[in-house]
Amino acid sequence: MLNYLWSFMVIFSILISGFSGGMREVTASALSSSQSAVKLCIEMGGIIALWMGVMRIAEKAKLIDALARKMTPILDFLFPDVPQDHAARKYIATNLIANFLGLGWAATPPGLKAIAELQKLNKNKNKASHAMCMFLIINISSVQLISINMISYRTSYGSHNPTEIIAPCILATLCSTLIAILFAKFMYKKEE
Amino acid sequence: MMFFIWLSDWMIPIIILGIIIYGLIKNVNVYEAFIEGATDGLKVVVDILPTLIGLMMAVGMLRSSGALNGLSHLIAPLISWSKFPSEVVPIALMRTFSSSAATGLILDIFKTFGPDSFTGRLVSIMFGCTETIFYTLSVYFMCIKIKDTRYTLAGALLATAAGIIASYYLALWFFGI
Repeated sequence: MLNYLWSFMVIFSILISGFSGGMREVTASALSSSQSAVKLCIEMGGIIALWMGVMRIAEKAKLIDALARKMTPILDFLFPDVPQDHAARKYIATNLIANFLGLGWAATPPGLKAIAELQKLNKNKNKASHAMCMFLIINISSVQLISINMISYRTSYGSHNPTEIIAPCILATLCSTLIAILFAKFMYKKEE
Repeated sequence: MMFFIWLSDWMIPIIILGIIIYGLIKNVNVYEAFIEGATDGLKVVVDILPTLIGLMMAVGMLRSSGALNGLSHLIAPLISWSKFPSEVVPIALMRTFSSSAATGLILDIFKTFGPDSFTGRLVSIMFGCTETIFYTLSVYFMCIKIKDTRYTLAGALLATAAGIIASYYLALWFFGI
């Protein structure tokens, strides 16, 4: 899947710019993008390391286990295939909470650990499990409650009421997450 | 309003403070645990770097080739029956590829139309309820070497479409044109 998607993106861009005559821009952008990926990783490396460090403290203090236990009903509903007390649960719980609070870079490390744990439960290692599909679809549907960045952008561009978007934003997020869960549940039933 | 400014300043310190104090109460060697986690964190970064290079290269090429703009022009007539502003189409497309590029386009909208215009409010809502699909999919699936992603992409696209449509109707409902 990703194989085709990635090749499509690259081939399509080159063909399009062949017609439109923007080959020089595409070359420059391919080179500079790979550089910015490294720059991004160096900048974000500090932040990811910081959150992983803080998360490890919470893990050792059994705070994360407590969180996952509090979320048992939700996790049971969303991930029926993941057994109680499996490590995947606590990482999924951490990832969802960090996303919920809008801490995107704090959500990535537990998210990656969660999917690695889900892979251990997976029977066919080449094929995504239902739990993985559910987890990623929910993540992509965005479960962020309040986008603090957006409020600060609106403030700096002179909005009279920068926070007026909070209520509709929460409703829209609810809507996309609901559709995401319904779809994943539907596919689960269909393919079982 | 004041509450959210307060929240944005205080949220991260409060989380870190709470976790460290809780750790100390539970007799955890917090500094050692932090260093251990940070070491793992750096390994994560090294693991995702190659995926990120491949992805950002492809997205960068797609952006500069003008393919996204072309696609926006193709989509624009399809939605002309609604009051959905055509200048939002490229932002919606870009949002699925790159968060920072979409932010740049949104700030352009704020500059041109103002954050309190219908378009400005619509993009503000839309940004909050969508995520970068391709980044999330490739970083997570490449990490565990899954080849068959099954219905993840379809679900992600559907959820994103639902978010965009909901943003449009909610913007109409809350603020009007």
